[in-house]
Amino acid sequence: MSGHDLLPLLPLIALAGGAVVVLVALTIRRSHALVFALTLVTLATAMGMLFVAARFGGYPNALLTVDCTALYFIGLILGASFVVAMLSQGYLRRQSARPEEFYILLLLATLGAGVLVASTHFASFFLGLEILSVSLYSLVAYRRSRRALEAGVKYLVLAGTSSAFLLLGMAFIYSQTGTMELGRLSLHFDGAVHLVMFAGLALVMVAVGFKLALVPFHLWTPDVYQGAPAPVSAFIATVSKGAVLALLLRYAGALDLFSNHAVMVMFAVLAILSMFTGNLLAVRQNNVKRLLAYSSISHLGYLLVALIAGGPRATVAVGFYLGAYFVTTLGAFGVVTVLSTADSDADSLTLYRGLFYRRPALAAVLTVMLLSLGGIPLTAGFVGKFLVLRAGAGAGAALWALSIVLVVSSVIGLYYYLRVIVVMCAQHPHEKTSLIPAPQGDVPRGAVTGPVAPAAAIALTVLTAGLIFLGVWPGPLIDLIAQLM
Amino acid sequence: MILAWLILIPMAAGLVATTAGARRPLLSRWVALAAMAVDLAIAVGLWANSGQPVRFEAAWIPAIGASFSLYLDGLSLLLVLLTSVMGLLAVLASWRGIAHRVGLFHFYLLGLLAGVMGIFLARDLLLFYAFWEVMLVPLYFLIAIWGGPRRARASIKLFLFTQLGGLFMLLAILGLYFVHGQVDGDYTFNYDRLLNTPMAESTAFALMLGFFAAFAVKLPAVPVHTWLTDAHEQSPISGGVDLTGLVIKVGAYGLLRYVVGLFPEAALGHFATFAMVLGVVGILYGGVLAFSQSDLKRLVAYSSISHMGFVLLGVFAWNTLALQGVVMLLLASGIATGSLFILIGMIHDRTGQRNLAQLGGLWDMLPRTGGLFLFFALAAMGLPMLMGFVGEILVLVGTFGVSPTFAILATGGLIVSVIYALWVVQAVFQGPRAAKLSAPVRDVSPREWAMLGATVVITVWLGLFPMCVLCTSAPALRSIQKTAPANPLPTGSVRAELRVQQGGQP
Repeated sequence: MSGHDLLPLLPLIALAGGAVVVLVALTIRRSHALVFALTLVTLATAMGMLFVAARFGGYPNALLTVDCTALYFIGLILGASFVVAMLSQGYLRRQSARPEEFYILLLLATLGAGVLVASTHFASFFLGLEILSVSLYSLVAYRRSRRALEAGVKYLVLAGTSSAFLLLGMAFIYSQTGTMELGRLSLHFDGAVHLVMFAGLALVMVAVGFKLALVPFHLWTPDVYQGAPAPVSAFIATVSKGAVLALLLRYAGALDLFSNHAVMVMFAVLAILSMFTGNLLAVRQNNVKRLLAYSSISHLGYLLVALIAGGPRATVAVGFYLGAYFVTTLGAFGVVTVLSTADSDADSLTLYRGLFYRRPALAAVLTVMLLSLGGIPLTAGFVGKFLVLRAGAGAGAALWALSIVLVVSSVIGLYYYLRVIVVMCAQHPHEKTSLIPAPQGDVPRGAVTGPVAPAAAIALTVLTAGLIFLGVWPGPLIDLIAQLM
Repeated sequence: MILAWLILIPMAAGLVATTAGARRPLLSRWVALAAMAVDLAIAVGLWANSGQPVRFEAAWIPAIGASFSLYLDGLSLLLVLLTSVMGLLAVLASWRGIAHRVGLFHFYLLGLLAGVMGIFLARDLLLFYAFWEVMLVPLYFLIAIWGGPRRARASIKLFLFTQLGGLFMLLAILGLYFVHGQVDGDYTFNYDRLLNTPMAESTAFALMLGFFAAFAVKLPAVPVHTWLTDAHEQSPISGGVDLTGLVIKVGAYGLLRYVVGLFPEAALGHFATFAMVLGVVGILYGGVLAFSQSDLKRLVAYSSISHMGFVLLGVFAWNTLALQGVVMLLLASGIATGSLFILIGMIHDRTGQRNLAQLGGLWDMLPRTGGLFLFFALAAMGLPMLMGFVGEILVLVGTFGVSPTFAILATGGLIVSVIYALWVVQAVFQGPRAAKLSAPVRDVSPREWAMLGATVVITVWLGLFPMCVLCTSAPALRSIQKTAPANPLPTGSVRAELRVQQGGQP
């Protein structure tokens, strides 16, 4: 492997190097501000390296490929990590005794996600997945409260099990095809698929379904999102899902996975179940983090509709929707982060009662994010949902059923997003309505009333502005994605 | 470019109002008033120059075929005029009534008006859908923040009903986009290019139903009307701002341009009979239920539903007279209902009541208010020489040529409307005094005279000289009708009127 081959890998190398540098810096001097600055520098360097890799990009070896698709998704992941780091700074200052290790784990998790997006081989697939997962085990349990430890152990056990399924599935596929390279598998999909091969594929899909939190592999999602620190929930909801989805997008297209009728039906069932279950379970929620967890399950269902449709329209739709979903989810969890205190996260809905009068800017940000999740025009969420519907509508009669399911479940979804907005607009503490949960006591306990940390404020402002900009003027981004993919 | 200003001015003014309003609420009121006055001036100027339709095109998302195209013909012009007048009334009506978060109120109000203007002007289907939603979100917030005691439920119901209809419309828009693209290779959302796309009958019917769902909810047609009564009732009461009145006109506009305009064979076949039945049911049900209400605002809401029943009937009768009647009715209903709302707000400000059981005998304390209320109750009921009569009679005569049965049943609605109109005047102003007035009480203030005086003048003038409106809408309606075969015309002396209008089919 020559030096020239290392050039496309520079973003990932920068991440790894940055993690090592931060580790070493910690041994010299334990300072939150220094570690925070180094993390941001690492992520910025990695983003800069993306442009270098774009010029020299290609196929460095059999394990990784850094083409335009990979660069786009790595860019999204790096951006998301940057925002999570900025949101975490104020949060960790209030909460944790030893905040520095958080950033190392964050960088390593980002590295794992990057490897996952660029992988072309089972080995790099597994490696990336494991780096991501192991970093997340510690991140989820970071606060070391009872809830957080419970969430961390739950995630550890379930992710470990799904990794075991993944390995067995990979073994079955290898036994049938003799190759571990993902690109070579297409030869074995036309005509009748051997039972062992199909079993292998199903087992791999269990692992993928777990990571994407699709129904029926979603049971961990609300508990882990609730127990983890809010920035970590944001990270899991965006980077962890996005990386696996990017991989699925690449290989569903390359292998023409959905031309096989059985596979298409399996995914269609997963999509319909996710869309309905995610939205229906969120309707009665009074905990904002669990509500966002269920809503993210339904959003992955919408994305699957576009994946199943296939074709160039679907690739553009998935790319744009994922970008919009990243911005929206980070914004929503960002508001939760900013409102959290040293004792507990701001997850109970009663804390948001009358937020519009107490902290109008934060309420406005959360409102815009919720409207984008609901798919209202002038937000990026609408353009994403529209592109998904366009991909679905143009792909034949079977996809019309999925499109109608998408539309109906979107309306169910709107109900609970609007309910949160109504709670924020509630004026009197004892206003009687069954829609708003009854508060305990007069003043909402636990909400932070001081000024927002500057890093978090900048992050939220940029996210909101970006969301509205992409909603009103999506043309440039759509053209960019169409060009890259 | 002038068309884009009609939309941009309210939006910009909204942003100014919200930033200024935090510290100086009066400034935000004046900004809003100025914006709507400028819009009205532009609209009147366009009316004075009327002749050719005006267009505006700009690129938006060329990758998927969506452009920022605006188009103003006679029909859109009249509705734009109506919107600017109702917007002015809304700003004036809320002058003293809304005292809390004034800047934000005007931000949402101007956003709502910009959205409604956009709907009447849009010529690109995706742009139309975007403005549809832009209209919905501010309305939701206006009711959720400043509304009555049960506003949470009313605002969510409003949003969910409209959104479900809107999403079916989005699916229909996408369906039309793909059908057209597969036939022509030209994937576009532009209305002019999508007109007359050849397609199978069943496809056309399914797509038409998608659009119809959205507009039937907005109109509102009877089975899906419950959002309107709750939203009307929980609208901000002080000042009496008729918010929902601003938006229900888009339902009728959509039916004309999109449902029958884009899919004439599907809409005017057997489906037309079904739609006319819904119209008649709306007229009679709305009227009967209006009579049985004890809350003034719900009563006016049901009378609105009754008027919209006439509109639905007229649209699907689809001949020149009926369509002219529809346009006149939209204007009349908007002005009359808006004025009634202002009067209900005035009564509520002075007595603290809007329940009929607690009102009565107000005439001797508030004679001028009573007089105005009587005038607008008669206008809403369709007294000749006032605007509402012209609309209703044109719709009835037009429908009679197509289906005498429906016309006879609809005329029953006229009787019901007389009953509830006179009943409400009697219950509020005559009889023993039940209400306690907070003394001293002023009858009609100068601001209120300005608003109601203007609407009185408009109602009488258009009732006596409706031709200026009918001549403006005639060419637009004629060009919409060109895409669809006209239903048979009524015979007799009405032919003379057709020749005078110069819009009649030979």
